Amino acid sequence: MLGLLLAQASDWITPVIDWHAVAPELVLVVGVNVVLLLDLNLADAKKWMLATLTGFVMLGALVPVVTLAVIGDDSRSLFDGRYVIDEYALILKAFFLLVAYVVILMSQTELEEGGYYQGEFYVLMLCSVLGMVMMSSARDLISIFVALELLSIPAYMMAAWRKRDVKSNEAGVKYYLLGVFASGIMLYGMSFLFGSTNSTLLTDIGAALTDGDLNGMEVVGVVFVICGFAFKISAVPFHTWAPDTYEGAPTPVTAFLSVASKAAGFVALVSIIFLAFPNASDVYQPLLWVLAALTMTVGNVLALRQTNIVRLLAYSSVSQGGFILMPLAFAGNSNAGGSALNAVVVYLLVYGFMNLGAFAIVIAVSRKTRSGEISSFGGLFGYAPGLAVAMTVFFASLAGIPPLGGWFAKFNAFRAVLQAETNAAYVLAAIAAVNTVISAAYYMRVLRSVWMDDAPDGDQSPVVTPSPIVAALGITVIGTIVVGVIPSAVTRFAELKDLTGAVVP
Amino acid sequence: MLAVNFLLLAAVLFCIGVYGVIARRNAVMVLMSIELILNAVNLNLIAFAVMNGNQDGQVFALYVIAIAAAEVGVGLAMVLMIYRNRKSIALDELSEMKG
Repeated sequence: MLGLLLAQASDWITPVIDWHAVAPELVLVVGVNVVLLLDLNLADAKKWMLATLTGFVMLGALVPVVTLAVIGDDSRSLFDGRYVIDEYALILKAFFLLVAYVVILMSQTELEEGGYYQGEFYVLMLCSVLGMVMMSSARDLISIFVALELLSIPAYMMAAWRKRDVKSNEAGVKYYLLGVFASGIMLYGMSFLFGSTNSTLLTDIGAALTDGDLNGMEVVGVVFVICGFAFKISAVPFHTWAPDTYEGAPTPVTAFLSVASKAAGFVALVSIIFLAFPNASDVYQPLLWVLAALTMTVGNVLALRQTNIVRLLAYSSVSQGGFILMPLAFAGNSNAGGSALNAVVVYLLVYGFMNLGAFAIVIAVSRKTRSGEISSFGGLFGYAPGLAVAMTVFFASLAGIPPLGGWFAKFNAFRAVLQAETNAAYVLAAIAAVNTVISAAYYMRVLRSVWMDDAPDGDQSPVVTPSPIVAALGITVIGTIVVGVIPSAVTRFAELKDLTGAVVP
Repeated sequence: MLAVNFLLLAAVLFCIGVYGVIARRNAVMVLMSIELILNAVNLNLIAFAVMNGNQDGQVFALYVIAIAAAEVGVGLAMVLMIYRNRKSIALDELSEMKG
């Protein structure tokens, strides 16, 4: 027996590992362990150091991403093409690390003042970011599944972080149950994809699936996988968890879920659609079309009647998800495929800045008002003009008003859809245009309250904003404005050639 | 080939699991239904691995088993948490937030 094993072992060839290519992940892994170890030995009064350290880990992981991008001659492929570091992966890794850094800035004071477990929080967050960074490179069903669970499981716990608060409990449990259910559905679809194509590698699946020749198993596989991810990106009708989870979870966690976790879902969806389903557009195109139309419409209509700012932002992020999904429905169109990829990635980058900024404002203001109602933002311009101006930038950008980033992102998405030049594309663009107008109504309602109304309790004392939140606001305001004024700063990212192996029929 | 029988069994398990998730009110029963779904996936993967003579499916099943264990660990901790705060694990009573 042992002899047999040894004989087989001689055939073993050590895989060549490109250490530079996996350096961002390695930095994060080391960071997880260092933060965990330090947390055991630090006195409570010094726990604030962990936030700083975690921030440095994120920035440290950004260094190899930048050096890889600077060298950036070709894509690096590891483990037989199951883990690929190309420009598409690099820009998204940088995005996830930057988002995580901003979220740490936002959560630092909240965690200290709330008396929550700080060390564990940062460890879980690092794990979740590690999952996201892996997701950008994952090009195989197994690695996508592992990355998805690695980013989701810590997020379930972070949503339920306020242990004694029934709302936070409810947020965590709802997120968990629906999340696990959705990954079960997704896995069932993946098992059929594996069965019918005999491979877990996305590009092999893409070569095996061909339009007009899809059997029942393949159709079920494609539909179930997309439905599983539709939960992650809170697309209607899989969005029911989102408002409750967003409201109940601590606000910095909500910001993290609504930006980073959602973006990771989109990243997986993009990789799968462009690499594994390029020839299954007969199946996914109508499905994504319906999902996109429903998501933006239902999200917007429900957002109109919200009185709580976090719930409003939750429904707004559902409807923004519809706009990101819109170009993906035309990924299989030979005219629009390339711009669809670019539109999705640019929208994600811009959406990250403006949505994080909006949440940072909510955190800063609710430190004073202790309320989540929209009416509590009345008269904000009177006692905190800086916050009011920043809030105007974010909400105007979310509504898509030029010359802010959100405007350019929406413009790019519309352009990609119209390039498809089919009736379905024109109808979807028209639905999206109507939705842009509807969404302006509720964003402007909040801004009117900020600029026109008086403070509800007449309290004019200024808001004291802690410096980490000021830093987070600074980064997000600059990002939102720069993308709008100089769109060429981001448009060169994520062209079709940047995603290795992507083909548009 | 007998593999079709395995696929049918997996489909039945999957349907029971989905029904359980939708219809059950008890959090632990929902967790068990999710386990049924994941086991349906494992059966599928292994049946396909045998059918196609491709070991990747068995490796995938091992990953699913390991990650499902981690997931259920987190899930039971959450059920315990709501039980401590509310003395009940009925999911339909979880309705603090509406709209």
